[in-house]
Amino acid sequence: MQDSLLIKLAVVILFLPLIGFIVTVFFGKSVKKVYVFENLVLIASFILASILLYGKLNYYIDTDLFSEFEWINLGEVPLLGLISIKLGLMLDNVAAIMIWTVMLISLVVHIFSIDYMKGDIRYNHYFAYLGLFTFSMSGIVLTHNILMMYIFWELVGLSSYLLIGFWFEKKSASDAAKKAFIVNRIGDIGMFIGILLLFITYQTFSFDSIFIQLADGKLPFNSEFWLTATGLLIFCGAIGKSAQFPLHVWLPDAMEGPTPVSALIHAATMVAAGVYLVVRVFGMLTGDALLIIAVFGALSALIPATIALTQNDIKKVLAYSTVSQLGYMIMALGVGAYTFAFFHLITHAFFKACLFLGSGSVIHNMHHEQDITRMGGLRKKMPLTYAAFLISSLAISGVPLTSGFLSKDGILAGTYAFASLTGHWLFPLVGFFVAMLTAFYMFRLIILTFHGEPYDKEKYEHAHESKFAMAMPLVVLSILSIFFWYTPNPIDPGEGWVLSKWIKTPEIFTPVETRYDFMKPDENAAVDHSSAVVYSSSYTEAMHNAHYPAMFLSLIVAGLGILLAFLFYQWKRIDPDKLANKFKPLYNLSYNKWYFDEIYDATFVAGTLMLSKFLGWFDLKVIDGIVDGSAAVTKGFSKFSGMFDNIVVDGLVNFIAILSGFVGLIFRKMQTGKVQTYIVMVIFGLVILLFLFKSF
Amino acid sequence: MEYFPILSLITFLPIIGMAIILFIPKTQTLIIKSLTLLVTGIQVILACFILYYYDYTLGGINDPASFQFIEKFRWIEISGISWIGTIKIDYFMGIDGLSVPMVLLTAIITFIATLSSWTIDRSVKGYFVMFLLLDTGMMGVFVALDFFLFYIFWELMLLPMYFLIGIWGGPRREYAAIKFFLYTLLGSVFILIVMIGLYFSAQETLQDGTKVFTFNLLALMDTGNYLTTGILSPLNPLNLRLIAYIALFAGFAIKIPMFPFHTWLPDAHVEAPTPISVILAGILLKMGTYGILRISYPVFPDITHQLVWYIALFGMINIIYGALCAMAQKDFKKLIAYSSVSHMGFVLLGMASLNTMGISGAILQMFNHGTITAMLFLLVGVIYDRTHTRGLDDFGGLAIQMPAYTGFTMVAFFAAIGLPGLSGFISEAFVFLGAFGVETIRTLTIISTLGILLGAGYMLWTMQRVYLGSLNEKWSNLKDLDIREYLMLAPLSLIIIFLGVYPSAMLDLMTTSVNSMVKFMIDSKAIFSSITGF
Repeated sequence: MQDSLLIKLAVVILFLPLIGFIVTVFFGKSVKKVYVFENLVLIASFILASILLYGKLNYYIDTDLFSEFEWINLGEVPLLGLISIKLGLMLDNVAAIMIWTVMLISLVVHIFSIDYMKGDIRYNHYFAYLGLFTFSMSGIVLTHNILMMYIFWELVGLSSYLLIGFWFEKKSASDAAKKAFIVNRIGDIGMFIGILLLFITYQTFSFDSIFIQLADGKLPFNSEFWLTATGLLIFCGAIGKSAQFPLHVWLPDAMEGPTPVSALIHAATMVAAGVYLVVRVFGMLTGDALLIIAVFGALSALIPATIALTQNDIKKVLAYSTVSQLGYMIMALGVGAYTFAFFHLITHAFFKACLFLGSGSVIHNMHHEQDITRMGGLRKKMPLTYAAFLISSLAISGVPLTSGFLSKDGILAGTYAFASLTGHWLFPLVGFFVAMLTAFYMFRLIILTFHGEPYDKEKYEHAHESKFAMAMPLVVLSILSIFFWYTPNPIDPGEGWVLSKWIKTPEIFTPVETRYDFMKPDENAAVDHSSAVVYSSSYTEAMHNAHYPAMFLSLIVAGLGILLAFLFYQWKRIDPDKLANKFKPLYNLSYNKWYFDEIYDATFVAGTLMLSKFLGWFDLKVIDGIVDGSAAVTKGFSKFSGMFDNIVVDGLVNFIAILSGFVGLIFRKMQTGKVQTYIVMVIFGLVILLFLFKSF
Repeated sequence: MEYFPILSLITFLPIIGMAIILFIPKTQTLIIKSLTLLVTGIQVILACFILYYYDYTLGGINDPASFQFIEKFRWIEISGISWIGTIKIDYFMGIDGLSVPMVLLTAIITFIATLSSWTIDRSVKGYFVMFLLLDTGMMGVFVALDFFLFYIFWELMLLPMYFLIGIWGGPRREYAAIKFFLYTLLGSVFILIVMIGLYFSAQETLQDGTKVFTFNLLALMDTGNYLTTGILSPLNPLNLRLIAYIALFAGFAIKIPMFPFHTWLPDAHVEAPTPISVILAGILLKMGTYGILRISYPVFPDITHQLVWYIALFGMINIIYGALCAMAQKDFKKLIAYSSVSHMGFVLLGMASLNTMGISGAILQMFNHGTITAMLFLLVGVIYDRTHTRGLDDFGGLAIQMPAYTGFTMVAFFAAIGLPGLSGFISEAFVFLGAFGVETIRTLTIISTLGILLGAGYMLWTMQRVYLGSLNEKWSNLKDLDIREYLMLAPLSLIIIFLGVYPSAMLDLMTTSVNSMVKFMIDSKAIFSSITGF
């Protein structure tokens, strides 16, 4: 019965933060200390998540646990039979690891925020929103159902809206919140249409029953093309939420939110949801779909990395680096390096959260200064923050002994192996190039912030190390960025327990002919088509061959990037301004973020607004004009008919009256009143009558 | 409960209340208001009784045996009129899964509108008399099963509505009231013509075996009852049914309101006092779509099958056009009015799917839109009462000054956007699931999904302009909600959240009926092809 216990535990973990949210938001005004409750709830959730992870990995490492309940029952539907919509949870290793990560990061962010947000007028509500976010994110992680995922997906959008716009008095903050929600919605529409396609094909929303039917050869509209399309439509959701090109524009703006929020949702968890979604539906993506996904991932890795080179806002640099790293993961999934993508998702969550919280610590102690060109020398004032920041930067740059090295190297090896099998060499090229850029801009950030001479002496003098509540999370997260949590061998992640035991290569359910060649089962091996198909042996071989070249190359590019950063900013051997002047157009392109915002504003936003203005006018003047016009016409017509009635009809009546009056006038003359006259008339009349009768 | 005339009671209770109010001196405004509140409160309780005793397993639609709480007796009988023969009109009421949600909605919204009417200070007595008359008309429409009775209730609403807008409305009230009245009357004329046409086309067999012309909707749904020579009979070679359908549809479409017949709505809403806006958006608009589902669909299933694509097309136009127009508005109330146009488009789209998911989605959307939009209008009313302006650009930062008010606004706005967890999501999702399953209207459905995006656009933009940002100094002494306003907004929010989390509470009420309806539509396709085949 223990498996049902574990899944019950998952239910408790899911709903605890919701309770935290409800209590905190309702008592936020009346009870000053209610935020303590929210923090306690998170501690409890984290402990339970740890138990869950332990239980799952120890007792059920190879079994996935499910729980389902019927949400809506449509009864006996004509033509389709019984239809009911179920929701449910699934606990596999990926979900267990992810939920633990989410809870851990949420917890440290909660604790960090206790000091960071002190004195805010909506202090309690801030924690309430964090609770809501944690609830929504847990839902995404634990679900076993694409509809339920969509539900929590949107709830994450809501909580992100609330948190980005937390300081809504600032126009920029409310703009950013709105932008985040709407841009996400664009992706969500694609995802929603994908869900519709899945439902009309499979009459269910549950992942596993979709997969089972898919493995039986049931395809949307019976066509492989539509299977690819469905996969890509679902992927649209990931493009929005994981801020992938071309919908990445909301993430840098989202930095308007409080910095711990950026650490929680815009670095470690919410934006990871997109990657997580692709991980979840990986089994139904065809080779074509994966290739396109890889292209989006590569573009998202490359473009933001080039933008990050020239940004001066400490959070913006980190934001672009987040987009770039997420692009890595998406690209990794696209080239089939599934395990490394998920691995990078986890390692990235820790070191990127650490970087954001570190930047929060800097910003907090520099009195809300965010411009790195106005910092400098902070290493002496804030040694602990510096150390944490440095470790995380090493990790993100992919320097050995860090977690980032393991996962990133795996991704690069994955692209390398993929290229060697399929000939798409652009992917590793982008991968290694971006790795160099990453190392460069991260060390540019470190050098400008922590090294050199302070820019503003006064602020520098007042700066000091953060207190325990803010320092502790940095320590925890930076320790988690070191290799030994994941593998005993610092250069080979494959030997570690994470990759060898916990995360498995996924099952693939798509028809064999739609897959990448290397995902097809080996021909000589006896394969049962209905069950899991692992990658072919050629892939294993290619991966093996890629390991060392990829590792050396990644070491070289990381070193080169760091070296360049030092040459530019520490030793000042090269003047960055001069170089910028020399390549002015390129510099401007990067500095202005490739003009994405400007282009979108000028086309989509302005276009929609213009259309809406036009239609508003059209509605008022044309449609309503027709209504009013027809009223006017009716009125005019009635006026005319009134006139007609008055003049013609009534005129005729009056004319007759006048006529008869006139006739009367004439005949009146006969009425003389004299008997003699009457007698004469009578006689005349008789004579005439006589004549008349005679003639008959 | 078998023989208790609960439907008559819930329908005519307001008339009784009205009669009592007529005897109360007009200075006793508090008594008048309390009495109205009592009457509408009892209506809510009666609706709960109906809900409690309602049998979920019975389908209704065209089968008299599976309607519930039936009341049927001879109402009008005139014998021996030359060629017409005997006129027999029934007083026929009953409900099924189509009407139960609407009855419930009417009871709830009217009760809340009564609370909202508390601020009426001009000729209070006249207002509440009209208000209660309107209430009877609305309730009657949803329970009548005889076309004649239906039509009487339908027309009954018109008069009080005209006065409620025309007397208690805003500056351009007379224009708006006349526009509303004439427009709706035009629709009624169409309905009337079709009603008479149907009357002379079909004959119902009475228990004693005689055949009489009939207004009985259920009898009109049976192709076997039509006379070969009947003007709207499927057997008539002239085939006037298409024209009749379009006329009837137009009559209902004006009420929905469907593009291009929608322009009375923004004017009526802007000029109407808050509670009347609430009723207008919450209940009256639903009558159009209810009429289509109750009458057009089952009486003309053949034509419906022919025209669903156009219904979906107009649904799509409503969704997109309404949303874009909403975005262009500068008046808060007008914006909500156009958002209604957009949201009612979902109902049309769902109906056009002719399958279980789509039609349940449509009915659910009718209910949800009723509660959500009622709440939106109440929210506008709250701020209009305090500031006497509705310009979207006159505000800013209200969230700082009025946090509770903003909290309720968030619920309503996000429900309107279709955020999961709130009721609007389920109905929209069902509409899309249903419509997407039908091949012919799939493209229209995909275009319609843009409506969700545009909805988020104008709603969040409004949110930003009115509630976020720094506080406009002009409004620095606005008070947050008072008890009465809490009482109006809290129940609606609870319903919105409850149905968002547990939609089955409402869906279960209707699934059996919707399934029988879908089955009826499918079956009738075969029947009609066999008729027209010979």
